[in-house]
Amino acid sequence: MGHSSQNDSPSSNTTRLTGAEIVWATLEGEGVRDVFGYPGGAILPVYDALRKFPIRHILVRHEQGATHMADGYARASGRVGVAIATSGPGATNMVTGLATAMMDSVPIVCITGQVSSKVLGSDAFQEVDITGISLPITKHNYLVTRTEDIAPAIREAFLIAKSGRPGPVLVDITKDAQQASAEFNFDAAAPKAYRPHPMQSHNADSITDAASLIREARRPVILAGHGVIQSGAIEQVRALSERMQIPVACTLLGLGGFPASHELCLGMMGMHGEAWVNQAIQQADLLIACGMRFDDRVTGSLATYAPNAKKIHIEVDPAEINKNVKVDVALVGDLKQVLEILLPHISSRANSPWVKEINSMKGECAVRDIRNLPDNGHLYAAHVINDLWNATDGKAIVVTDVGQHQMWEAQYYKHDQPRTLITSGGLGTMGFALPAAIGAKIACPEKEVWVIAGDGGFQMTSPELSTIAQEHLDLNIAIINNGFLGMVRQWQEFIYEKNYASSPILSPDFVKLADAHGIAGATVSKRSEVDSAVKTARASRAPFLINFLVEKEDSVYPMVAAGSALHEMIRRPDNPMIETAEDA
Amino acid sequence: MLHTFVALVEDKPGVLTRVASLFRRLNVNIVSLTVGRSERPGVSRMTIVALSSTSAGHRIMASLYKLENVLEVDDMDQVANVTRELALIKVGATPQTRSHIFELVEVFRARIVDLAPESLMIEITGVESKIEGLIQVLIESGDPILEVSRTGRMVMRRGHHTSRVLEAMRVAAVHESEAKDTAVFDLIEEESNFQK
Repeated sequence: MGHSSQNDSPSSNTTRLTGAEIVWATLEGEGVRDVFGYPGGAILPVYDALRKFPIRHILVRHEQGATHMADGYARASGRVGVAIATSGPGATNMVTGLATAMMDSVPIVCITGQVSSKVLGSDAFQEVDITGISLPITKHNYLVTRTEDIAPAIREAFLIAKSGRPGPVLVDITKDAQQASAEFNFDAAAPKAYRPHPMQSHNADSITDAASLIREARRPVILAGHGVIQSGAIEQVRALSERMQIPVACTLLGLGGFPASHELCLGMMGMHGEAWVNQAIQQADLLIACGMRFDDRVTGSLATYAPNAKKIHIEVDPAEINKNVKVDVALVGDLKQVLEILLPHISSRANSPWVKEINSMKGECAVRDIRNLPDNGHLYAAHVINDLWNATDGKAIVVTDVGQHQMWEAQYYKHDQPRTLITSGGLGTMGFALPAAIGAKIACPEKEVWVIAGDGGFQMTSPELSTIAQEHLDLNIAIINNGFLGMVRQWQEFIYEKNYASSPILSPDFVKLADAHGIAGATVSKRSEVDSAVKTARASRAPFLINFLVEKEDSVYPMVAAGSALHEMIRRPDNPMIETAEDA
Repeated sequence: MLHTFVALVEDKPGVLTRVASLFRRLNVNIVSLTVGRSERPGVSRMTIVALSSTSAGHRIMASLYKLENVLEVDDMDQVANVTRELALIKVGATPQTRSHIFELVEVFRARIVDLAPESLMIEITGVESKIEGLIQVLIESGDPILEVSRTGRMVMRRGHHTSRVLEAMRVAAVHESEAKDTAVFDLIEEESNFQK
């Protein structure tokens, strides 16, 4: 499908187009090649005009899927993802996807059809106030009732979605605005220049303060968040870390922003972070928070969080400063730009007893590590993910759902590259993985893409298997199937005295389900079978589903119970097998 | 504490909802919110008074700025400003009880704007404490208050125009010392409100 070059794009002159055509022409002008959507009455004029434009439309099975696909597309590529739906139920089905993108600051633009402007507010068929509904879960939204406003609204939506702290933007367009015609000129519809948040500030003084805190620190830790990846500050964070031998702990969404194999990488922090990571944070004398927001899953109890540490917060959104954790120096601006100003003030340090001290804590954890248990005939999720990581050489884009498998993936799949872990962190949206992986595959067709989902979350959006089949997408699916809503079961075990209320879940035979969609699959219940199944999936050049029947009542360790201090971790319980485990 | 913000916003449908919704989302109660046209075409001016913790002011202001339709925000708590509110108060009064209300109105520099056989209407402009003072005195003297309509607080920086907030903030230190001096309400300033 040929994409228009700069010269013959519709931007160079003014033409008279219908509103529907303007939608596509504007998207094309913004560089959009793929959109995810579902047609319906109020958006039909737009669909009618689709064939005139070099844009690939992926028909989803549910509009929630369209938003997650746009989201996965954006996270995998760094480009703005686009989803389209009709009015009413089409629009309301987008709500979960919008909220997911909002919480994780993902740039997507959602376009919805709306009933004609003449009947707005009359409870017309499939009318819903989607701009009202989506107000708190979008960065901004528009109700467009005039054809001539379509192009400026969409262009501004793209600018808002990707600038500053990114986020979702919704453009609701009435049917009559789609049907009427207007003059279209792409360039003339350009938005005003982006206005950085007026409260962003980092002056010479605050940079000097931060630099001297960093120089004086003996036990510093860098906290790397999603902002490292979104700002493209990977090299700058690495330079800061290496120059001063500062270990780096990552948030869930920060994984991949600092290479996991780097000697200064500690891994994931927080509720299911390894013990040495959380201990390092608790014992630190300086935290350098880069593009992260001190989420409650990261801090545990705020009262006891890093009690002896000074805090530097480098963050693009001024509303995050001092929201959860009071900081000593705030550098508010684009992370990459701020670090580039800060780095010349940072000298280098050769070695750090602090790093050695942290490393000494790792041995104790290795003894408890389930990977070091001898094969007892059971299949553990950690084994599956570890083996998948090995088989893919750590280079696949892994899209996870929400729950135990998500944490195991974060612990055992070592991401060296940014944008190779795609997961719903802030909202914790079950059902995210399958559609988001479709988006990631469309964005990066040359990359190997794996879905890792639980048996619960997978069933929330499994109809998108049909989308995979229709679009002939080569992506692989690993279901970590333990017959439970695993994380719920784990909380019930730890906190609710094993009252497994509604957490056991019956699943269909996932391989048969895949087969019904013409997708091949295999069921694996022994560790010895994991490798060959993964090999088959990778070699198939077609979608492949593996149903891993894993240990039913395994838990994610360590765990910091909600509201506990970060160093008060529930550890993997004593197990006779641990005594025979080899210390890696 | 009570936080007072002045926000200059685009005069478009739904902008008031966006601002109000933000406070709802932050679980902050709006004590008063006044909106009207500003000196700029297409730009409305809001004065928002909200009840929240002392430390919440920064986050509220930062969050207001995150709304695309919000052009400028000014936190009025720390700056020298003039604060006014207008109230209409309908009081039950017969020819026999009117005269002492006239006296009260005189003392409070308010005025009578309507007189009916069994009631009268008072217009009063000032800071909240002055308006509430009049209401309290009316209640204590046994005059039945039939209706109260208050505009909510309107605030304007002294000396510096709000739309030049950012420049003004660069010399914030000067303002802070000024703010302490003018914290005391002065009645003489009031007179100008009655020149009509």
